Amino acid sequence: MLNKRLLFVTGKGGVGKTTVAAAVAVLAARKGLRTLLCEVDGKGELSGVLGSSAVSYKEREMASGLFAMSMDTEAALREYLRIYMHIPVVGRIGPLAKAFDFVATAAPGVKEILIVGKLCYEVRERTYDLVVVDATATGHVVAHLAAPQVLAELVKVGLIESQTKWMVGMLSDPQVTGLVIVATPEEMPVTETIELVERVENETSVNLTSVVVNRVLPELFARSEEEQFDILCSDKGVKAFTDAAGAGSSALLDGARMAVNLRRSSTLHMERLRDALPGDVPVLNVPYCFDPGSAPDLVDQVAASLSEELGL
Amino acid sequence: MSPRGDAPAGARKTRQGAGGASAGGASAGGASAGAAKLVSGKRIIVACGPGGVGKTTMAAALGVFAAIRDGGKVLVVTVDPARRLADALGIGSIGNTQRQVPMAAFEEAGVKPKGELWAAMLDMKESWDDLVRRHAPDAATRDHILSNPLYQSISARFVQSQDYIAMERLYQIYTDGDYDLVIVDTPPSRNALDFLDAPKRMADFFSSRLLKWLLVPYRAKWINVASRPFYQIADRILGSQFLTDISDFFASFQTMYDGFVRRAQAVERLIEGRETSFIVISTLEEVPLREARTFLDELGSRGLGLSAVLLNKVLPAYLRDPKALALAGQLESETAEIAAEIAGSVTGVDAETLARVLAEMARGFNDFHASAEREARLRKRLEDRSLPVMAVPYMDTEVTDLRGLFTLAEAIET
Repeated sequence: MLNKRLLFVTGKGGVGKTTVAAAVAVLAARKGLRTLLCEVDGKGELSGVLGSSAVSYKEREMASGLFAMSMDTEAALREYLRIYMHIPVVGRIGPLAKAFDFVATAAPGVKEILIVGKLCYEVRERTYDLVVVDATATGHVVAHLAAPQVLAELVKVGLIESQTKWMVGMLSDPQVTGLVIVATPEEMPVTETIELVERVENETSVNLTSVVVNRVLPELFARSEEEQFDILCSDKGVKAFTDAAGAGSSALLDGARMAVNLRRSSTLHMERLRDALPGDVPVLNVPYCFDPGSAPDLVDQVAASLSEELGL
Repeated sequence: MSPRGDAPAGARKTRQGAGGASAGGASAGGASAGAAKLVSGKRIIVACGPGGVGKTTMAAALGVFAAIRDGGKVLVVTVDPARRLADALGIGSIGNTQRQVPMAAFEEAGVKPKGELWAAMLDMKESWDDLVRRHAPDAATRDHILSNPLYQSISARFVQSQDYIAMERLYQIYTDGDYDLVIVDTPPSRNALDFLDAPKRMADFFSSRLLKWLLVPYRAKWINVASRPFYQIADRILGSQFLTDISDFFASFQTMYDGFVRRAQAVERLIEGRETSFIVISTLEEVPLREARTFLDELGSRGLGLSAVLLNKVLPAYLRDPKALALAGQLESETAEIAAEIAGSVTGVDAETLARVLAEMARGFNDFHASAEREARLRKRLEDRSLPVMAVPYMDTEVTDLRGLFTLAEAIET
């Protein structure tokens, strides 16, 4: 995972995509890689998980070797115009940027290409060893990953035409670019992950690097213990337990039953996920944090789990 | 197409209150009081909230509840339904046009609905095509738009179009007047209530002077002084063919301008009207709650009607029982004795293994206790704002049929 140059991290809303993206970046930076973490959807969650002030388009060093930025299409356009069109004066392009933004809003792929273009540019310029993207959620990520191809089909001439080409080249190189999908061991996130894997395969040239299963519940009992637990749950067992342990015993039993049921259903979803994924795609498990403390603490814990799973 | 009932257009039907006698035995304060409160007397319910909190399932559950308890025709419009939801509703798939949930599915679930339940999903492409057919001034323009390569790409991919379509469909369905209650599950948006502004944004877009200005040069085949720098640069970057395609597309699209604007205004009035109530759904986790709070703030500042903050997957209260917590602590040191005592009176118990089981139970309880305490702290922060908070307890079985959806709705606690 960390030997790529550009990693897109996506997942269904609510599965901890931003936390995992941040954890990957933290891990990379600690391994000595100069890392850029970029938030794409501009919700400002990144500053929350990093425990920092607002993250802006201009990247800032958050920890040793860890830089963070937040995508802004207008700023990306300005940068593009400055670099490729040699239009340095920001003031003069004000209305121009507005007009362009307007076209970009309406024309498919233009906004997406600015985002992906900026990311690819950072990789190409070799400013960073690794660029980790907290990408849009599963519903929209294909539009981003496929933007260079889509635009290449629509635009047959002009500067963009040649630029989309090198972008497609970069995105489709499995040595350079990878996609990480984050899921939780639940019905919807697993189903969406499986569907996304298929769409990414069919509609984009990006390669799937790994799937991270976040919030995996611990197994409460080994098999021999489960037998004893079943006896404890029988009428006689419950009575004996209550006699021996007193008040609170029923809540303890209920809690254990819930934990067992949750673990069982999550095991089924994890198996379903594993079966649906290509055999060479690793699945990394991150255990559930019952009391994570602050958001940055959680990032640290997830980073530690990933490090272990990756054998680092 | 949707079945046209005899109801007059403009939807002036009045709905029976559901919380009382007509609710088939539900009484205020008893089981299912929460769901009754949420749906009773409502015409349009908009379910919003962050992604991944169970919005779609809750919207469907409320629909099932309303159809069973209140009667009338109930429609659930979802954005992105899982296969499982279609299965749970007993329909093969949820399409762009409304489909009725078969009575057989209710029978199978062992419930007898008073009314009908319908479901629809928003298909971007089909919805846009419908819109174009409705607003295009003539057949030639219509076909011109529908066959434009840009249109094809826009209707399927234009990210904001989902918001617009959701509101547009809601309006269409409401004015057709076929349904007594419409429950809409909102698309995940970048910003809290983006979808509410979508109709206005779309209208602004079409009325924009910028758009008109943009259209001039390519239509008139001359470039005026004002727009020259833009076109020179845009030409170099994008190539003139692409720009011609764009302006050609907008030129034809603009013919639908009047229809769009009138429509947008009407949709806006509907959303702000008293017929529409909002439910903000969230789980008791930091990140979704932060997003939910922005929803609440925005609803408040717009003066929109909030029915409730519905907390989904709330851990059960017994996890916070102090006696159970004390026992869990006690089990850490006295496991062997308690296990031995149980082994003495119950056959088949192996004291040594049971001791490990008890220790694991204590550890598991402590873990979930910590989560439940965190949830309680987060919940208190909401209640301190004197918001109408309702909660659905965590279900450790998955919803697979109508019965499951109904049970979920009944479990809503006020």
